Order: sequence, then structure tokens, then C-alpha cells
Amino acid sequence: MQLIPCPWCGPREEAEFHYGGQAHVAYPEDPSALSDEEWAQYVFFRENPSGPFAERWSHSAGCRRWFNAVRDTRTHDLLAVYRVGEPMPEVTA
Amino acid sequence: MTVSPLAAWTDRLAALAPALDVTEVPFRSQLTVRVSDPDAIAAMGDALGVRFPAVPCTFSAGTGEFGAVEVLWLGPDEFLVTASPDLQVTIEEVLRGALQDVRGSVVDTSAQRTTVVLQGPRARDVLAHGCSVDLHPASAPRGTCVQTLLARTGIVLQVNDDGYTILVRSSFAEYFAAWLADAATEYLAVP
Amino acid sequence: MTHRTPTGGSIDRNTLLRFTFNGTEYTGHPGDTLASALLANGVHSIGTSVKLGRPRGVVAAGSEDPTSLVQVEAPFSEPMLLATTVELYDGLVARGLSGQGRLSAEPDPARYDAKHEHCDVLVVGAGPAGLVAALTAARAGARVVLVDEQNQAGGALLGVDEYLDDRPSAEWVADVVAELKSTPGVLVLERTTAFGMYQDGFVLALQKRTDHLGFAAPAAVARHRVWRIRTRQTVLATGAHERPVVFADNDRPGIMLASSARTFLHRYGVLPGSRAVVFTTNDSAYCAAIDLAESGVDIALIVDARAEAPARLSTECAARGIEVRAGQFVTGTEGSSRVEAVLVGDQRIACDTLLVSGGWNPVVSLFSQARGALRYDSELGAFVPGEELPTVRVAGSATGELDLTACTRQGRDAGAGAARAAGFTPGGQVPLPASDSRCTARSGLVLWRVPGSDDTSFVDLQRDSTVADVLRATGAGLRSLEHIKRYTTIGTAHDQGKTSGMIAAGIVAEALGVELGEQRPTTFRPPYTSVSFAALAGRDRGELHDPVRVTSIHPWHVEHGALFENVGQWKRPWYYPQPGEDLHTAVLRECRATRESVGLMDGSTLGKIDVQGQDAGKFLDMLYTNLMSTLKVGKIRYGVMCGVDGMVIDDGTVIRVGEERYLVTTTTGNAAKILDWMEEWLQTEWPHLDVHCTSVTEHWATIPLVGPRSRDVLAAVAPDLDVSNEAFEFMTWHDTTVAGVPARVCRISFSGELAYEINVTGWHGLTVWKALMEAGKPYGITPYGTETMHVLRAEKGYPIIGQETDATVTPQDLGMSWAVSKKKPDFIGKRSFARAENNRSDRKQLVGLLPVDPAVLLPEGSQIVETDRLPEPPVRMLGHVTSSYPSAALGRTFALALVRSGHDRIGETLYVPVEDALVPVTVTESVLYDKEGARRDG
Ligand SMILES: [Zn+2]
Repeated sequence: MQLIPCPWCGPREEAEFHYGGQAHVAYPEDPSALSDEEWAQYVFFRENPSGPFAERWSHSAGCRRWFNAVRDTRTHDLLAVYRVGEPMPEVTA
Repeated sequence: MTVSPLAAWTDRLAALAPALDVTEVPFRSQLTVRVSDPDAIAAMGDALGVRFPAVPCTFSAGTGEFGAVEVLWLGPDEFLVTASPDLQVTIEEVLRGALQDVRGSVVDTSAQRTTVVLQGPRARDVLAHGCSVDLHPASAPRGTCVQTLLARTGIVLQVNDDGYTILVRSSFAEYFAAWLADAATEYLAVP
Repeated sequence: MTHRTPTGGSIDRNTLLRFTFNGTEYTGHPGDTLASALLANGVHSIGTSVKLGRPRGVVAAGSEDPTSLVQVEAPFSEPMLLATTVELYDGLVARGLSGQGRLSAEPDPARYDAKHEHCDVLVVGAGPAGLVAALTAARAGARVVLVDEQNQAGGALLGVDEYLDDRPSAEWVADVVAELKSTPGVLVLERTTAFGMYQDGFVLALQKRTDHLGFAAPAAVARHRVWRIRTRQTVLATGAHERPVVFADNDRPGIMLASSARTFLHRYGVLPGSRAVVFTTNDSAYCAAIDLAESGVDIALIVDARAEAPARLSTECAARGIEVRAGQFVTGTEGSSRVEAVLVGDQRIACDTLLVSGGWNPVVSLFSQARGALRYDSELGAFVPGEELPTVRVAGSATGELDLTACTRQGRDAGAGAARAAGFTPGGQVPLPASDSRCTARSGLVLWRVPGSDDTSFVDLQRDSTVADVLRATGAGLRSLEHIKRYTTIGTAHDQGKTSGMIAAGIVAEALGVELGEQRPTTFRPPYTSVSFAALAGRDRGELHDPVRVTSIHPWHVEHGALFENVGQWKRPWYYPQPGEDLHTAVLRECRATRESVGLMDGSTLGKIDVQGQDAGKFLDMLYTNLMSTLKVGKIRYGVMCGVDGMVIDDGTVIRVGEERYLVTTTTGNAAKILDWMEEWLQTEWPHLDVHCTSVTEHWATIPLVGPRSRDVLAAVAPDLDVSNEAFEFMTWHDTTVAGVPARVCRISFSGELAYEINVTGWHGLTVWKALMEAGKPYGITPYGTETMHVLRAEKGYPIIGQETDATVTPQDLGMSWAVSKKKPDFIGKRSFARAENNRSDRKQLVGLLPVDPAVLLPEGSQIVETDRLPEPPVRMLGHVTSSYPSAALGRTFALALVRSGHDRIGETLYVPVEDALVPVTVTESVLYDKEGARRDG
């Protein structure tokens, strides 16, 4: 059982968290201005890197806060966690 | 006229003594407060006679106009105010008054969760069967308040001087009680 | 005839235990394993092999044994246990297996549980290195957990008669354990196997707590416990396993690892035979030979594969009349149910025991699980830990070090290092005990196999996999050990290749002509030893398998004979059968009573979310497809929520409580999901919005009161409320008092009837329910369950999210364009409605189906086709039946369905394959009952 360090509550077991997919995919300013292709990019397409990946987690069984984490997809190691609105920290995988 | 979620469990829980003293404290006044403005937080604390907890995963206690009141940290802008029964309407008004036009919310959630006090020599052992948070006094001193999982239900867990206070969602209360009774089984023979 | 020594061993010779094996009664002593007790009775043949049916015995003394599989029959039948790890108890009944056991058909009456434990330093293994490590960390003040597989500490010391500090090693062990157990913050767990090591210092260990008590095991005590240990630092002192050498017919009972024979002698006082040949590649087997000789075993010969035998040990052997031959090999054996002779070159040597030592494999499973890299040690002929990990240290023979003093020094260093890394400062050094050991194993020859008959040279005895199988794999072009493992199944049995894996790797390397160091070893995976599913399930079984959520009114439902339906984790009343009723008749009665007079149901499971803040209306406008900000205080609106892809995710009513406050209801199953959804948008996209969401699902008990007489019942219990149609309109709410309790009454309808929804706190739910039942008596008020609720709403064409929808259905598909705002510039999902895919005319759309024969009930999930005869496959499917019921109100059966271009097919006849027939159905609009809504508005 992996530990995920909630930026508020500290390390807790993974079972307390919900996964929220790739981070930093902002809701488009004006969806109606987008082409079908651009809108589909937002709705359906996500990165799938081998290595560090910024993604969102929610401490759903704890403080219910959403936050961001950089996870190495090869090892599952969490390289960094940071609060919503904070910039993604530099990480070394 | 009122029935608490664990009303039917009183005897079964009492039977866990002396290894475990489990008591439901029903009908507590509970208000979920969302606020982040420091002045509003201070005003609310003044109104209740208790300073709101500033540190995540803690709770504070105080006594004022509404008697003994506790404020539990639930999130960076979320608190649970708990007090004796029948005060929820008044406290809601007072908190709203303290909040004024500042961004935030106050919701009466008194019946959302029920309160269970857990004491006795085996209390920590029993919780360790289902709770992954380290409750060793060095890691979870008095005043600790965590939202976490106990077995397969969410709980809010307060660490007191003499045991624990657990808040559990009303619909999960019977599962919680059944789990507690089962986990306590082997301590009954050897308290 | 007994094979017990007159004295010695840590068994209680004054107590006799009776047990039965393969139908024969024997005796043993407390402290015995089933294996040692059988060997003491001269029973060497335990079972037969899985594929070839060859007799198999006991190869090793511990959990690395590949062969001694038994089924324990009493007190409870359990398959696939190793006789070497089953502690003997009075009344034990077991039988040998032919590779496979049989699960009991009876429910296991034992209790199982789990417990979380946190520590600074976890030490795995209570051998000399582990004990010193634990003591060092404990004296430094760390919270220490020491786990060990055996029923007593000591590790390898249990199998020798050596002295530490000039006294029996058991005394030194006892002193260390006593100090550990008396140190606060130290937990010593016996009979506990660390079987899995995961990220972040998480280690799972299985403790067998009552197995050794047999019939006397207290029922209240959990039989097995899974310890969920979270540690900052770990010291792995997991020891080493002796490995055999492979040669022809190396599988006969009586062929045993040399150190295991020594363990049987010293720990259990058991002699493995009367005349033994020893075949070794290293020094350690000499000690076994000498000890056994001194206990009366005739050592016929020591065959040392090395060119030269060790001088000092050879002299010791000569003094005891033991012949040593260097540079020779065992090439085969003879015998039937037990080895009778050993072939050495041309010579046949009669014996009943063959002791083998091919060197030592460090136990690196947990280290490897912790993602530690392994390195091939060519001198040892084994993989050893190849790197240091920040939180895992290895000490003792698990590193490949086999000298006892060096092992304890490693233990001390590891214990101190771990304590330091966890933030503690070790004080004075723990003194290392001085050893009198004569046999170090380091000076070995790496030998995997002796050439001979490949077909009977067994590599994995449990899988009956031979050298021939390995060569077949390499001959077929396989090069990776992972592939060869799967091709040959070597290392996939209960023992996970503890004694066979290294040898298989060696034989593969030889066959491929590569260096072993170039080969990547197979990955070690949990569990290290077998763990029962019951232990993994722990307390999560039976009524605790999953939480059962109940409402405040639940006791009444139980009392009144309701049958329940699981909706997520909730138990909801399904229907309330009266004597003689089945589902069908009960639901027809409940429906009729509700449509003709009044019914009520427990709707407390509906999700309820309080939404507050200046921007609450704005926020809900983004979440719902229709406008919520225009809703007036006191009013209620139905709404649909979509994902960004435009597909319906939930629906429900929205109540405007105040200028800046709404109460949102969700479907029962989606309550938590929708709250998370709201928080996700608020926290990650629109943190500037002044909105806060709070779950109040269980704060409120919710009781829909439904039917033409609902107004009369409400009037009786709510004296302060003007219930007239004018004062209390459809889709409005009022706060009032119901049955003396503060209540919020909403006039909404999910049935098409005049209906109210009464909300009181959960504490009052039961009281108010009873009051409504009482007040409704004059009208024959009828409680109804989810089945009736489903029928009533289906007659009105109201979809159920998750039944009519499946994440591919838009509001337009449901015929709910009316609930999709044209005015709002944006809301979640809006942009997707303009996608070409969502505008195809052949989308599946919600319609009603009326079977031409009004008595035919279509099975839910049935496919729908166009023609009255099935063409050759592939048959074009038009859609499927989502809901289907007999209807009291319609006097016939009906169904809802998702059908391609359904809205354009109203009036068409389609066909539904039901078993062998094609049932004709007429497509209709989804609303089948009271299309004008007169009843609801009355
Ligand atoms: Zn948190």
C-alpha cells in the first residue's frame, strides 16, 4: 500500500485517495470558439509518458482537497506533491 | 421521538467492557463550517469561546456561552463545530452572524454523523485492526483529529486524554459498530 | 522403531502427542513439526509427485522444502501445507498429497484478522544477525518490530549444537529475546513470516497464531493475522537456504539437504536414517556428517565434488572413521519408496539416506521485492543483494556471508545504521558473541548438476521439472529466465523455487554458454510463502465483507418483512410481500395502491448536497444543462448533469433554499461521486467562485408520500401547512412541522402522481414514518419499495441514471432537449452537443416498447432487431431493453429501450429475440401513463 503525501494531512495510504488524471489540463476559456478537433483534444486526449507525469489526486477520504502530484509512471514513485495553483516543482526522476 | 443511529447497539457495545468502553453520544449539535478568512475565523472562535484549530489534523476545545464546544479541522477551510444537543440552531445563527458577508458557509450536519466515544485498555489495539494511521502517542498526541478509513468506512477520529472520539456517518454506524464488536472479540477473553 | 536420539532437541519428551498420517496413528512431542514427527517414526515417503507419481519425501527442514505437501484434515481441512512447517498437535490428522490438495467445501469457522503496526526499524529474521540488529536498534530507543517465521528465535542456530560465548547458543538467544521483549516499544512476533515488501516501508507479514494449538485453539482468537507493518527502516536478516545438486534420480525419499538433516538432529532429536552418504561441494556438510556420526548414524562416505577435501575437516572425519573422497560425484541413486543405494562412479553404496549440499542461496526475495538490484556472486554461485537501498539493509547470511561472527557484526552495523537513519543515536555497541563453529561454507565449488539421465534429473521436484525440460526450453530458443520459468514451470509451485530457482538459472547459463552474471534473475514476487485467501480477507467477510448502509427507517422495514435490494452499499426495501405474495403480485398491489390511493417509500438514500455562496447559482448553471440561477427561492427544478463529453452522469432536483443557498439531490449511487465532481470543478477550475458544497445525505431522512390521497395524509400530520393546490404548488417547498417535528416538504413527483417529499432529520425519520403510516390508515396507505418505484417512474418514461443510461447517452437521446438550456453561453457538456457524433440521426434514443402480446414480459437487456426473421450473422442490433415491467395501471407489460433512431420509429414494429422466438413489439413514446400530467398537478 503506497503512501501518498497529502499537502495538508501528510502521508496517508493510497486507499484514501481518488485519482483525477492528468494535471494542468485547463477547461477552455470559451469552448464554443474551439473546433471539433480542438475540443476533442481537451475532452479525450491525455499524455501517457514513461517517466514523470503531473497528475491530480483528491484526498477523498481525508480533507477532500484536490492537489497535484508528479509520479514516475515507471516506478509509481511520487516525486513531488503541490497544491492547486502552485507551479509544478522541478523533479529528477 | 428521536432515535440515534446506534440506539439498537447500546447493549452489544456495553458488552465489550472492560477491554473496550464504547458509548454512543447521540444527538450532538454539529455544524460544518467553510471559511478561510482569518478575521471571520477569529470572530467565530470568540462567539463560541474556542479558538479554531490552526494546524491541520488537530482539534481544539473550549467552553463559552454554549458550554463545552469542540472545533475539528476537516480541511484547509473546513471545520466541524460540535457541542451539546439542541444547540445547532442557535450556533448556526451565531456562526452566520460572525461570518457576515465573508465568503464561507455554515451547514447544520448534526444528524449526518453520530458520535462514539471509545476508551479502555484495548481501544488503540482495536482501532489498529482497521485504521492505518499511527495512533502511538508520539505520532498522534492528544488533540489529533484525522479523517481516515476504519476498515471500510470513513471516520473522523479525535484523540483525547483518555481515549478517542469517533464520528461516523449515520448510515455506516451499524457497520462500524459490528466491525468494532468483531475486532474486540479476542480482547474480551483477555482484557 | 524410533529414530529419536535419547536426548537433545527442543522438544518436550515428557508429553506425547497422537496424530494420524495416511490413516496410521503415530506419536510425537510438543516442539515437533509434522515432518520431524514422521521422520522420528521412520516415515520418509510423504506423497507422490504431481505429474509422474514418484514417491517424494522431506528434502528440507523448513519453508523452503519443495516436497512434503500434506492436506491437514482435522480440526479443519486445509490443503497444500508443508509437513515441515506444520507444528504438531494432539489429534492432528493429515495425509500426503500428490501435488494437489482439495479445498474444503465447508465454511471455515476460524477467525482471521489484520492489524496495522508502525515502527522505526523492522527486523525480518530472528537469527543471530537479526537478533543483534534488533537489540542494537532497540537499545537506541527506536520502535522495533522483529518478525520471525519460526516458533522460537535463533534462526540457523536452532539447527546446530554450537556454543556462543562458551555456552549453548540457545542461552544467548534467550537472553537477547528476553531483553527485547522487556524493552518498551519493541514487538517480537513469532510464527510470523514477512511475505511481501512494498513501497514506502510497507511490509505484510502473516502470523500463524493458533495453528499449533490444534483442537485447543481458542475460537475467539484470530487464527491467522496479516500484520500491515509500516516501517521507516528495514533490516533483512532472512538467512540463506542450502541448495542441492541435481543428479539422476535425485528425488527419492531419504535424499535430504545436509543442513536440514542437521536441523532435524539438533532441533528435534531425530535421526534421518541409519546409514548415510554425504555429497557436498563445500565445508558445511562435514559438520552435518560429523554431528550425525556422533549421534550414531553410520556415515558410509563423504563425496566431495571439489578436487581437494578440506584438510582439517578430513582429519576430523578420519578420526571418526568416515571416509572422504574428493573430486568425485554422486551420479545416481536406487530405491523404491526410499533411497537404498547411491552410485558414485562405478560403485554402488548401500544406504538409506543421502545428504546433499550444493552451497547456499541467500534469501533475497524481500530485498528484490523492495526493488533492490541483485548481483551474481560467482564464488557463492548465487544472487546476492547488489546495492544499498536508502531504507533497506541486509545483514547476515542473506548477504552471502556465512561466517557467524561476520554475520552478527553485519547485524550490529545494520541495526545501528537503521536506527540512525530513523533519527536515533545508538549508544554503546552490543557485544558480539564468540562462536565455536567449525564449518564455514564459503570455500565451495559451484556445481549445478552432475551429468546423467536428464529425464530423471529433477530441478524442481514439486513441478516434476527436469534437466531435460530446461534443455528443451533452451533448445526451443528461449533465453530469458522469465520465459524459461514459464515454459518449464520451474519455480512456480508453493515454494516459489527456493531450492530450484538458482540451479535452473545455472543450468540455463551452462546450456546457453553464457555467464550467469549476464542473466537477469527472475523477479521475486509476493508472497514469499503461501498465504490463504482467508487470511488476506481477514475480517472483511460475511456481514463485514462490505459496509451495509442503512437508513434511519431501516428497523421498520425489517420489522415489516421487507425484502431488500442492494443499491451500492445501501440496503433498500425492494418490496414488502404480504403472505402468499411473490415479487410480481406484491409490486402490482403496491403500484395499484399508490396510483389509486396513497403509498410511501423510504427515499433517504438520495444524495443531498448543500450548496452555498454568492456564486452558487452561477456554479449550478455550469454543472446542470438547464438554468438554476433563475430559480426562485421556494421553488424546485429538475436538472440533468453531463460530463464534458456531453453524456448524462446524474439527475435530480434542485431546491432553492435562499438567495445564496441551494439543496441539490443526486441519485443514490452517485452521491459521493457528484460531491467529488463539484469539488473538483470548484477547487481546480473555478477557485475564484464563492461556493461551498457540504454533504447532508444522512442529515436528512426523506419520505416520498405518493398518490391521490397523499394530500389528505399530509394535511393530517402537518396542521400548520396549507396543502391546497393553490398554496402549495407543484415544484415548490415549504418548511413546516410534520408529526410535531421540524420538516421541509417538497412537492415533487417521480411517479406522475400527486406527491410530496417529506424531509426531517435522520433522528426523526422513524417517528415521522410511523406517524405517516398511522395517518394514512384510513386510505390504506401502502409502503412500497424500489421495484414499485421503478415501475411507477417507467410508466411515466422517467429514466434511471445507470439503467437507461450507460455513459453513452445524451439528454437529447433521452428526449430531454427541454432540459437543455439554449440561453446559457456555456455549461459542462454543451460544446460536445455540437459534435457531429452527437448529432447523428441513428443515435440510440429512449423509447417505449409495447409487446404486441400484452402478456409477454421482455427480459431486461434483450437485443432489438429490425426483422421478424433473423438474417445470417452478423445481425444488426438496433439497441436493447433497459427496463421492463408488468403494469397495473396499463393492464399490460411494457418496456423502455434505447433504439437506433428511436424517436423516428414511433409506431414501427420491431422484434426482440427472447429465447428461440422473435417477439414483435410496437415502438411508442417513452411516456405511457398520464401524458398530460393531470394527476401530478391535481
Ligand atoms: Zn488531506
